[in-house]
Amino acid sequence: MSSLWSELERVLAEVQKPARYIGCEDGMTVPDHHPDAVAWLLLYPDTYEVGLPNQGLQILYEILNERPDAEAERSYAPWTDMAEVLRREGLPLFSVDTHRPAGEFDILAFNLAAELVYTNVLECLDLAGMPVRAADRGPEHPLVLVGGHCSYNPEPMADFVDAAVLGDGEEVVGEITEVVAAWKAAGSGSRAELLRALSGVTGVYVPSLYRAEFDGGVFTGVVPIDDAPPVVEKRTVADLADWPYPKNQLVPLTEVIHDRLNVEVFRGCTRGCRFCQAGMITRPVRERPAEQVRTMVAEGLRRTGYDEVSLTSLSTADFSGIQEVVAAAVADDACGQVSVSLPSLRVDAFTVGIAAELQKARRTGLTFAPEAGTWRMRQVINKLISEEDLYAAVEAAYSQGWRRVKLYFLTGLPTETDEDTLAILEMARKCIEVGRTHQRSPTVTVSVGGFVPKPFTPFQWFGQNTENELRRKVGLLRDELKRKPKIYRGVQLKWHDARASVVEGMMSRGDRRLGRVIEDVWRAGGVFQEWGEHFDIGLWETAMATHGMTFEDLVYRHRTLEEALPWDHLSAGLHKDFLWQDWRDALDELGLEDCRWIPCYDCGACTGFGIEHVVASAVPPAGGSQGTGQDRSAGGEVPVALTSRPVAEQGSEMVVA
Amino acid sequence: MRLRVRYSKKGKVRFTSHRDVARIWERALRRVGLGMAYSQGFSPRPKMSFGLALSTGHESEAEFLELELSDEEGEAADWDRERTVDLAERLTEALPVGLDVVAVAPVEKGDSLQQSVTSCTWSIEVDGVDMEQMNAWVADVLARDEIVVERERKGKPVVEDLRPHVLALDVTGTTETGVRLLADLGTQPRALRPTELLTALYPPLKAGTVCRMHQWMSQGDDREEPLTAPVAPAPSATVPA
Repeated sequence: MSSLWSELERVLAEVQKPARYIGCEDGMTVPDHHPDAVAWLLLYPDTYEVGLPNQGLQILYEILNERPDAEAERSYAPWTDMAEVLRREGLPLFSVDTHRPAGEFDILAFNLAAELVYTNVLECLDLAGMPVRAADRGPEHPLVLVGGHCSYNPEPMADFVDAAVLGDGEEVVGEITEVVAAWKAAGSGSRAELLRALSGVTGVYVPSLYRAEFDGGVFTGVVPIDDAPPVVEKRTVADLADWPYPKNQLVPLTEVIHDRLNVEVFRGCTRGCRFCQAGMITRPVRERPAEQVRTMVAEGLRRTGYDEVSLTSLSTADFSGIQEVVAAAVADDACGQVSVSLPSLRVDAFTVGIAAELQKARRTGLTFAPEAGTWRMRQVINKLISEEDLYAAVEAAYSQGWRRVKLYFLTGLPTETDEDTLAILEMARKCIEVGRTHQRSPTVTVSVGGFVPKPFTPFQWFGQNTENELRRKVGLLRDELKRKPKIYRGVQLKWHDARASVVEGMMSRGDRRLGRVIEDVWRAGGVFQEWGEHFDIGLWETAMATHGMTFEDLVYRHRTLEEALPWDHLSAGLHKDFLWQDWRDALDELGLEDCRWIPCYDCGACTGFGIEHVVASAVPPAGGSQGTGQDRSAGGEVPVALTSRPVAEQGSEMVVA
Repeated sequence: MRLRVRYSKKGKVRFTSHRDVARIWERALRRVGLGMAYSQGFSPRPKMSFGLALSTGHESEAEFLELELSDEEGEAADWDRERTVDLAERLTEALPVGLDVVAVAPVEKGDSLQQSVTSCTWSIEVDGVDMEQMNAWVADVLARDEIVVERERKGKPVVEDLRPHVLALDVTGTTETGVRLLADLGTQPRALRPTELLTALYPPLKAGTVCRMHQWMSQGDDREEPLTAPVAPAPSATVPA
């Protein structure tokens, strides 16, 4: 096997941030290349700084390298300057571990974490020296796989990938390795044979074995061509305790995002926020035992030298062992002054209490995500935070030394009125008011994102707000701030580019016809579209027009129950009638309790797979199953008014102690 | 208590930036569990000071760093040879491949490394030239009274004479792709970078691998290194300017 290092080191002086391309991270594996082993190149189709911390990729990297029949290396999308240099010098895309050409691997496996990176996948394939279309590739080319959240609707990428893998990767990568190893050993060289064998692995979807059907330009479904499974189910690992990965988290030599130790404390979430795809597709909740988390934190800090650890999950304050784990990490002085960060903070005073315990030194800003400005709107999206909860949390934050509070909101939600939109500012204003009792000049940063409906959520039928409508709503907020600067003193507004939300929405629920659009945009130079400096709506509009497609049809149109969805042949375990009922409930402004501590709604995520929520605590987290307040049993000091929702039953049959 | 550390930076890791190296050091120090003194204030950091920055992509045999230790680590007298050698080994183990600690010693508090270092010796591979061309270039540079360049500083053009910074030049041999040049370049008030010198005259010369061999502090007419490596990395430039 060859290394391109001697060629690369000559050109690295020409590019920005050359440390992106050198590897050398602590925790890196240098595999002994063996011809019989199945060689995986795990790719993150964004820059090194964004891709390196990805936990999914690091988990699979370790699991594969522990197998005697596999080896795994990594690669990230080269920035445009590097891509130019590679093409000029005739050098291919390479792994950062041993600088081996991408084309020498058996499998290129891309992590699809966001829709706007799709053109980067084509860029990577082209730089690897392969045809971008799967149909044009031969047995001499690596197999192209995708995984990650976007692979729950892989149809827009169906022309380019050989297979999409749904769900948790820990077990399925081993099964794929075995299929590929057997195929290599048999030596038939038939790609069709390999793809057929892969389609027999649960969780693996091979788009070329299915046909997308249309009736007069209307999508009518994706059907198996021969004997491919009519529905491909996702993979779920039953117990996180069996998978204490990454054991050797990579420590990069150059600065990356989330540059700290990351320990996943649970997977899945059943709070049931209706806009949240991650919360729907990763069910059920599977907690890591607190003891294991403690060990992973202590060993990880000692090994890496990091002074910060993040306990990751979709809602970390819900973790049953949170206090225990946090106390142990903070008390562990073997590693000096350790700070602990909790992403995805739940909005309540209890959470702020934990945060205060953690961030003893650096109290700069605290972020909450109420997502919507009115209680009505929050019932629609099932984010059941009362205003009292928010103000109690904000009060707790300002009174304990935080000076800046950041609030995340979505706009363009189903049934949203201008009153709902403007209530965002009213909420921010009241937060400032609360803050003034503790701080001289408190600030609140309001960040507003355009809502993009995602597959396998109750909002998958909702017609996304148009670009103009999203822009108008942000305009409402901007005008209001401009008109009344005194009233809103201390409130800062940030918003996302509405045009990017439209393109994201198109890919999110698009069908197979989008392949041509993605290819056109890539051929026109449209890479790194998730980067503001590179995003170009014009490229997308041109490509859509060329192929006779419209945003009206693909993005803005409401779907009906009867119509076929491009992901109907795939399954995240959720029953479609559950999602539809939840969509109807949303329109009726009906909230739904978290099912961890109350009887089952039969969404399908547990029952379909014969697994259960793995939750160590027999009682809901502080203040009720939706986090509507602080823990009264602990005798909190912040008065909290509970909502009209019924209090959850404690200790239902789904709780595993 | 202050420790001075000498380390080398070679191989792939040379593509990390000065800022990257500072972060790598912070983690390495935590890993070996050395008791550091911390800065006061909002965001306490371990007290450490780096010498002259090394351009991203250049190698070095002579990088320096000073560490301010906490009281628990004792006084200078407590740091005998055995203890400094042990620390050097543990630090090298905790650092990525290519960053190697070659010497550690307690020092008195004094001027910062950046202030006290007055010149550096560089080994520069110059690509695409032969010995004769290179010798002619060196003779030309040394014969000049001034080498005036214009460069941008804080967005404004400034005119500078590089000649006073050129202390010694010596062509020492050939490489696969050109020749090797040893250069002593001044660092005060601003360090002259090897690549700046190579591109100052027409036609500009192209540098291959560049390695900092020594950093020098003036001692009257003499010069000495902030901390001597147990094994001298290479001979220094000999031809006086």
